[in-house]
Amino acid sequence: MDLLNQYLIPHFNYWAYVILMMIGMHAMIVKNNLIKKLIGMSIFQTAIILFYVSIGVKEGADIPVLHHHAPEVAESHTPAADPHHAVDPDHYANPLPHVLMLTAIVVGVSTLGMALAISQSIYKDFDTLEENEILAKIKQGGPGIDV
Amino acid sequence: MKWIGLIAVVLTGALLLSAVGDFPDFGDPKSPANGGVGDFSVSQYYITHTEQDTKVPNVVTAVLADYRGYDTMFETTVIFIAGIGIIAILRSHPPGGRRGPAHPIDATVDGDHQRIIIGITCRIMIPIIQIFALYVVAHGHHSPGGGFQGGVMLGASFILIGLSRDLQAALARFSERRFIVLACLGVAIYAGFGLLCLLLERNFLDYGVLDGFFHTDPVMARSHGIFAVEVGVAFTVTAIMFAIYANLSSKGRLDEGL
Repeated sequence: MDLLNQYLIPHFNYWAYVILMMIGMHAMIVKNNLIKKLIGMSIFQTAIILFYVSIGVKEGADIPVLHHHAPEVAESHTPAADPHHAVDPDHYANPLPHVLMLTAIVVGVSTLGMALAISQSIYKDFDTLEENEILAKIKQGGPGIDV
Repeated sequence: MKWIGLIAVVLTGALLLSAVGDFPDFGDPKSPANGGVGDFSVSQYYITHTEQDTKVPNVVTAVLADYRGYDTMFETTVIFIAGIGIIAILRSHPPGGRRGPAHPIDATVDGDHQRIIIGITCRIMIPIIQIFALYVVAHGHHSPGGGFQGGVMLGASFILIGLSRDLQAALARFSERRFIVLACLGVAIYAGFGLLCLLLERNFLDYGVLDGFFHTDPVMARSHGIFAVEVGVAFTVTAIMFAIYANLSSKGRLDEGL
C-alpha cells in the first residue's frame, strides 16, 4: 500500500509511457511483418509524446494561452485587469513540451509516410512484406536484386 | 529469436521503471521541467515575457515561430524533404500515355446510390472543412492552432475529395505540379522572411525589424512575422500531406487511387 502511494499513483504517467514504449519496441524488434513494425514505431513515438506532454502538466493550471483578451477580464474595470500586470507562470501549463511535441507529431507523420513509401517499393520488388521471406529472396539473388 | 527480443524489452522496461521513483510527481508545478526549483527557467520566461515581446496570447505559437523559429523552419524542411523523398521513391509514369484510364467522375452516372450520398455529403462538408482549416491557421495567435494543424486539415480536405470520389477528381483541383510548387513556396516564404530580416541588418528570423514592412511598431511586427511564417508552414504541410496520400494510394502512378 505504501509502495502504491509512493511509486504508482504520483507517477502513473511515467508507468503509462514506459509500458506503451515497451509495447512499441517489442513490435519493432519481434514482429516479422514490416507494417507491424511500423505500427510499433508509431506506438513508440506516441509514448514519447505522452511522456513530454505529461511532464508539462501543472496542477490546476490552464492551457498556455494568456487570457488578457478574455471578455470577463476586460469587463471588470479593476486594477487587476491592467494588461501590463505580471503573469504568474504557475497559472499556465508549460508551453515548451507542447511546442516540441507539435513538431514531433508532424515529423512522425512524415517519417511514417516515408516508411510506408519504402515498404510499398519493397513490396513491388519482392511481393512480400515478411522480413524472413525478403531475406531469403535477397540471399538467393531474388528479383529485387539488380547487382 | 522471439524470446531474446522479449527479454531485451522486459529488461529495458524494468530499467526505465526503476528510475520512475526519482521523477517529479505528476502535475507538480515545482518540477525541474516546469522550472520551479531555480529562480529562472526558460519555460517561465516564455510565459511571462511573451505578451510584452510579441503581443501573441498563445505562448505555444510564439515559442514555435519566434523564440524557436529555427527549429520550426527546419521542421518544415523535414516535412518538405519527406514529401520529395516519397515522390522520388514511388512516382512512376505508366508506359503509354500520361494518364491511366479515365473514370467517370460524376457519381450519378453508374446509378450507385451509396456514391450519391457520400458524394453530396462530402460536397457539403469539404468547403466547411477548408474554411475551418483557414480559421485554424489564422487564429493560431489567440487559440490552439497554427500552421501545422491548419495545414493538416486543409490537406485532409483534399484527401477527402480523393477518398469520396476518386484521385483524379482531387488531382483536377490540386494537381501534381501545383502541390510541388506550393510545398516549395511554403519553405520559401518561411526562409524568405528570415532572409528579409537578415537584409535589414538584424538576425535571421528576427521579425522585430520588419515594422516598416508591416506598418506597425516592432512588437506588433513580431506578431505579424509569426503569422507570415505560419502561412508558409501551412502551405508546405497542406501540399505534402496530399502528396503523401496521392502517391501512397496510387502506388506512385497518380491514376485511380483507392
